[in-house]
Amino acid sequence: MQGNTACAEGALAAGCRFFGGYPITPSTEVAEHMAAKLPKIGGVFIQMEDEIAGIASVIGASWTGARAMTATSGPGFSLMMENIGFAVMTETPCVLVNIQRGGPSTGQPTMSAQADMLQCRFGSHGDYSIIALSPASVQEMFELTVHAFNLADRFRVPTFLMADEIIGHMRERIEIPDSVPREERKPLTKGTPPFRADEDMIPGFPQFGKGYGVHVTGLTHDERGYPCATSPSLHEDLVKRLVEKVESARHEIADYRVTNPDAEVVFITYGSPARTVAQVLHDNPDKRIGHLRFRVVWPFPEKALDEFPDAKVFLVPEQNLGQMAREIERHTCIPVVPLPRFGGALHTPAELEKAMEAWR
Amino acid sequence: MTYSDWLRADRLPHIYCAGCGNGTVINCTLNAVDRMGWKKEETVFVSGIGCSSRAPGYIVTDSLHTTHGRALAFATGIKMANPDLHVVVFTGDGDLAAIGGNHFIHSCRRNIDLTVVCMNNQIYGMTGGQGSPTTPRGALSTTTPYGSQEPAFDLCELATAAGANFVSRWTSYHVKELTRSIHQGLGVPGFSFIEALVQCPTNYGRRNKFRQVMDQVEYFKTHGILVQKAHRLRDEGLPIPPDAILLGDMVMRDRPAMGVKR
Repeated sequence: MQGNTACAEGALAAGCRFFGGYPITPSTEVAEHMAAKLPKIGGVFIQMEDEIAGIASVIGASWTGARAMTATSGPGFSLMMENIGFAVMTETPCVLVNIQRGGPSTGQPTMSAQADMLQCRFGSHGDYSIIALSPASVQEMFELTVHAFNLADRFRVPTFLMADEIIGHMRERIEIPDSVPREERKPLTKGTPPFRADEDMIPGFPQFGKGYGVHVTGLTHDERGYPCATSPSLHEDLVKRLVEKVESARHEIADYRVTNPDAEVVFITYGSPARTVAQVLHDNPDKRIGHLRFRVVWPFPEKALDEFPDAKVFLVPEQNLGQMAREIERHTCIPVVPLPRFGGALHTPAELEKAMEAWR
Repeated sequence: MTYSDWLRADRLPHIYCAGCGNGTVINCTLNAVDRMGWKKEETVFVSGIGCSSRAPGYIVTDSLHTTHGRALAFATGIKMANPDLHVVVFTGDGDLAAIGGNHFIHSCRRNIDLTVVCMNNQIYGMTGGQGSPTTPRGALSTTTPYGSQEPAFDLCELATAAGANFVSRWTSYHVKELTRSIHQGLGVPGFSFIEALVQCPTNYGRRNKFRQVMDQVEYFKTHGILVQKAHRLRDEGLPIPPDAILLGDMVMRDRPAMGVKR
């Protein structure tokens, strides 16, 4: 199965019943598969007039209680930034898939990249936090899409599947389970102000059509949901909560794979570069070479770096100029070496071995 | 029930300026909704950004106050995901026809089962009176200090050409007619577009020779002619005054629609 198809199958297995989007290479197969499948199971597929409308329709659908998603790539992702901020501010669960391609601008529509990792984290205006996952196989395109829906519903935050073109278009055999884990949105207790958060900093969800009479606005709002855009303390408390509800749970959300924890030279990857590192480890069976692979990228799971107490260097191959390497650098005292390879070609094992030898 | 049962009392007073026409249109809309006998829990109001778009915040139902120009795209998601909900959109000329123009024509084309009430004050009111796509040629605004040089959009012609099932235009003077047309639009399956010209004394009127609130309302009254009369004049080869405001129901048809309650 193709990676993009596996993503769509994961969404369907997770109970996604609304897809709103706009065609864009190299993500289109996600939409095409949803267009074929959703009408047959009582779901809705709608091709909107642009990506701005795509994510807007997804947010609207989510407020009716539906699990809803969109899929896109760089240029469309840029257009979505406005309403991603709206989803953050209104705490709307939704899943966005970005099959990354080369940018800036139209760039390389058919070539792989990982250059939207910081845009995903910071691309909309204002301070906020989101959750982002990064699959490194077709199986993970399925699994992490399911996981994304659960995280989005639990934390009421836009959740991103930050894949790359290589994983999206790769074909591998996968196993689809009979059922998948499902975490429901916590409903709002009637009579409770709709944006009053519980101890976990997440308010219950007042689904449209259930008699809550909730007003949802992108303006700074009080716990009743009413706009109050000029109170410094209200704004500060709201934005802090929106960030903290995600950041304070980052160790729980963290999801990574460790190989050779006693290693001195450690590769850190996410997405398709992980596969080249796996080849390097396969060809060099040496416990002194380690590999840390993130399946959750944001919120950044910095404790994962402690899994390698003997590490003397972190080597970070990415399909960009060093976006996550910069974040890793913020959390460690040992050298962090970005290994950028972009333009569409993946690192070769020989390149990574050469980089590794300099530290051995 | 009356329209006031639909108002969110603890949110009043509203933010509208003295003399603003928006309150009249909200009143007409709520009266029309009330007459439909819809349940509050089955009704959703959606809006974008601007003075008109603050309206859903004053209504007791579920409501979504979204981003600038995007109300129709959000409303499309709500209506397609749950066609049992009645979805009404409040918007303005800048929100709908400038930044949201693309969503407007495509919502009309899809003929999605929404009712859209556009409060056209011919100006960006909330940001202090900048020219909009419906600012008449020659009119003064803070961004057209020498008079607007751009031809204006006719929103009803746009909705008609793009495929809406019901299209109507009235003004804040024509309260009964406006209420009747909104009521009719609410009942039409498919996309219903009702334009309501409204006075904006703060940011349009005072710069454009409507010194008093009622001057502009009076203008609506004296310059409005029924679309049927305009057609008759045209058929008889008689001139239609160039500053006439065409009023009434422009389109009532039954194109295939989406998102209609099953």
